[in-house]
Amino acid sequence: MSVGQVLLIALLAVPAVGAVLVAALPKRRDRVARAVGVGFTAVAFLLSLLLYAPANIGWFAYSGTGRPAIMPWHEVNLPWAPGLDLHFHLGVDGISYPLVLLTTLLTLLCCAYTLWRVPDGGPGRLLVALLLVIEVGILGTFLALDLVLFFVFFEVVLLPMYAVIAVWGGAQRRRAARKFVLYTLLGSVLLLVGVFTVVAAAGTSDLVALVRAPDAAVFALDGGIPRSTQVAAFILLALAFAVKSPLWPLHTWLPDAHTQAPTVGSVILAGVLLKMGTYGLIRVAVGVAPEGARFAAPVLGLLAVAAIIVGSLVCLAQTELKRLIAYSSVSHMGFVLLGIATLTATGIQAALIGNIAHGIITGLLFFLAGAIKDRTRTGLLAQLGGLRESMPRLAGLLGFAAIASLGLPGLAGFWGEAFAVVAAFQVGSPFWIALGVLAAIGGALTAAYFLRLLRRVTHGSPSPAVARAVPGLAGAEVATWSPLVLLTLVIGLVPVLVLGVTDDPVRSLLEAVP
Amino acid sequence: MTQSVDHVALLPAYLAAGTAVLVLLTDLLLARRSAVLLVTATGAVATTVGAAAAARSGPRQTFCVQDACSYLANGRAALVAALFALLTLGVLALSGPLLRTTQIPTGEFCFLLACSMTGGVVLGAAGDLITLIVALEALTLPLFALVGLRRSVASAEAALTFFVVSVVATAVTLLGAALLYAVTGAVHLRSLEAVFADGAGLLKVPLTAVAVALVVLGLAFKVAAVPFHVWAPTTYDGAPMPVAAYLSTASKLGGVVALLAVTEFSLPASVTGPVLAVLAVLTMTVGNLVALRQRRMVRLLAWSSVAQAGYIIAPLGAFMWGASRELPAVRTVVAAVLAYTVFYVVMEFAAFAAVVALRPPNADGGSIAAYRGAARRHPWIGAAFVLALVGLAGLPPGLAGLFAKVVVVRALLAGGAGWLAVVVALNAVIGLAYYLRIVAKLYAPMPAPDRAAEPVAAMTSPAHRQARVGWTVAAALAAATVVAIVIGFAPQLILDLVAV
Repeated sequence: MSVGQVLLIALLAVPAVGAVLVAALPKRRDRVARAVGVGFTAVAFLLSLLLYAPANIGWFAYSGTGRPAIMPWHEVNLPWAPGLDLHFHLGVDGISYPLVLLTTLLTLLCCAYTLWRVPDGGPGRLLVALLLVIEVGILGTFLALDLVLFFVFFEVVLLPMYAVIAVWGGAQRRRAARKFVLYTLLGSVLLLVGVFTVVAAAGTSDLVALVRAPDAAVFALDGGIPRSTQVAAFILLALAFAVKSPLWPLHTWLPDAHTQAPTVGSVILAGVLLKMGTYGLIRVAVGVAPEGARFAAPVLGLLAVAAIIVGSLVCLAQTELKRLIAYSSVSHMGFVLLGIATLTATGIQAALIGNIAHGIITGLLFFLAGAIKDRTRTGLLAQLGGLRESMPRLAGLLGFAAIASLGLPGLAGFWGEAFAVVAAFQVGSPFWIALGVLAAIGGALTAAYFLRLLRRVTHGSPSPAVARAVPGLAGAEVATWSPLVLLTLVIGLVPVLVLGVTDDPVRSLLEAVP
Repeated sequence: MTQSVDHVALLPAYLAAGTAVLVLLTDLLLARRSAVLLVTATGAVATTVGAAAAARSGPRQTFCVQDACSYLANGRAALVAALFALLTLGVLALSGPLLRTTQIPTGEFCFLLACSMTGGVVLGAAGDLITLIVALEALTLPLFALVGLRRSVASAEAALTFFVVSVVATAVTLLGAALLYAVTGAVHLRSLEAVFADGAGLLKVPLTAVAVALVVLGLAFKVAAVPFHVWAPTTYDGAPMPVAAYLSTASKLGGVVALLAVTEFSLPASVTGPVLAVLAVLTMTVGNLVALRQRRMVRLLAWSSVAQAGYIIAPLGAFMWGASRELPAVRTVVAAVLAYTVFYVVMEFAAFAAVVALRPPNADGGSIAAYRGAARRHPWIGAAFVLALVGLAGLPPGLAGLFAKVVVVRALLAGGAGWLAVVVALNAVIGLAYYLRIVAKLYAPMPAPDRAAEPVAAMTSPAHRQARVGWTVAAALAAATVVAIVIGFAPQLILDLVAV
């Protein structure tokens, strides 16, 4: 077994073992247990850093038809349940690696944050254990190169996240948690049907074998998946991922879940959980059913633009801080989905960097919103105000995150949104140009609602709630937020950090799309 | 005409029947509770071992006429026999505390249980319709008495409902079998297969379709498929809880095995397919929707088991589509039904075991409100219960249930029954809603005493709080949970077993 294979398995095994260990520690050792959990997430983060190995393959390896479009840097393939077409097939490549890194980083930061503050509702060590289980599920989803395995990991996340919201959440937590779990289960059962539609038609569940550039010789041999099946499969898969992403009009679980979830839950939810949907759309839906993708792309694009516009308009009318950020996620994910829907290299690249940027920035925004809510005990914009006066540093960070989120050039949020629009224009037909124009208008609305947010929260004279609050930032807060601030800047200035690794796999993926 | 009888093939049946006789004698001669229990448990273990031993010697058959046999001791028969014996053992373990209260006569209880086990063991090997129906009745008849053993009004009502419905169901099946004989002149499953394969004209006779439908519908009573399900909630709720556990696992297994036996090859799929597809859709949808509104634990589990029966027979409904009638697809479908049943039986048994463990020995399931915070007081039982419920809902960490769902959806899509797969998938979402309701209740914090609802107060008062769980119950729960975890991580074990 090579080093890479050991790394892949360890990346899943370390958080899994950590979760069991943390949960098993006795009640009176709660703080120790949380520290142990942070240790495990730190190890997982280091392991994910070590996975980086794009030098293994030159980009020319991708060229040529009939070759698999997925060329993993590391790969491990073990049988699990052949009777179910289930193989323990993991691998990492340029499309999944940035997301893997984002997952391990955000989980580390969330667990570290929990070391400092445990939300009310339950013991902190269980929260850390659940975060570790969620990490296993998300990493497994990003690493899986087997369709059935992908589905299994996709489902692993559901109940732990339900528990995080239902136990440590706000006043309406039960309802929000139930809504979250039922909605997303709806998505994942459709995924199950979609996965086996593909497996039944193709006779294999191996993503590497399924995703390949059309090659006359190969396709004549194995037949490929017929077009009608591809369309059906794509619709099922796209619906599944649209619930998760979420795509308007399937997004209604998201605002409730975000508003009620504890800070760390929101960060994980917005930061990486939603990305399972967009990643699945790129890797699985577009990958295995390219003809179906081509067929459904206009609808997807239209819904994505609707999500951008509707999300922005709702944000303009929001009165609650976390709810506003949640709806802004709907709008931002709309840009990501628009990028995917264009089915161009620019668009998918934009989607991938938009994914990462949204994960970092919205993660930061939810941390800040949580901090404000903890200090002032309210999230209502009407009761906030004058944050700049009493808590200048918090207000400054909020301003930074909001401006990054609205897509200021030079910060991370810019690339995904700008190039999603550019990609829509590149497609060229009047329909896509219209979508591009509408998306650009949505971008302007994004600026409007974030500026409104800043005006309401940071400017003016301090409201009673703000004046009461304790100013100053705790060391733990600075420590958990600074990596996100730094990454926002770095990715904004050097986007090639992400785009460099995603470039080749995206191009080879698109060779398969007619 | 003399027949040679293959006694090795009959070994599990001998052992099961011998257990029943021995239990009766032990109760008569020794009249000691522990001795009776020991004999029953030993008999169940012996039957399991016997079934495994018989299976190792390869497929056998006996009681044969020219071209067909009435008793087919193949791998599947051994699997079914072993499952019945193990479930009997498990139910016996769950009954430990109940029998200690001496409200129920131990000898009768064990004898009836062993009789029922015998029916189940023979059922798996039945090669003709008569053996099949007789075995199914041998499985069911003792259960009427078992349900009514507790001598309460609810118990009597449950027993009577069960009796009436079951007798009607048997009559329907018998009528179907008789009509089938009138049309085809065959009772052996294999002969029926040959008759239908030769005479395509037979299917044009309306009587054939009626006969086939009657057989299938009569058997649908046994798995509590909608619209023949109304007996299940009343019966489960009125029966002593270990008996309810047996009804929802072993008895349902019996119905599934019988349905499989007649639909796999014998009866024309063009008739059974549509009937079963409609039944499956109705069963899972109605079961899940009604379960949403249940307030009593056992009734909720009963309705959920109705819904589960829908998932179990769904793959058989795929026979509607021509693509699934070729041999490999039939194999997939049959394996899926059996695999789902095995996964289901393990998790359902674990769920009932947890309920038994959480309740006082002679109590019924009680209302769901009475379980508030139960998992906080009994963390291990609570965890096992949650694992079983989540498994029934088909989600990780209940991996066994997840793979059960995967098996069914895979078989449906392999058989070309895409929309049925979508119906199953959507039902899984409804199912999660009520399973989660129990889970949330189990972990809900106790309300302040002054605002406590009446049943909650009754449950938590010291008189009702159980000191400790009987070791047999704990062992059964632990065993079922361990099995569920193992087959969750290694589903191939079950898939290999059902493929034989």
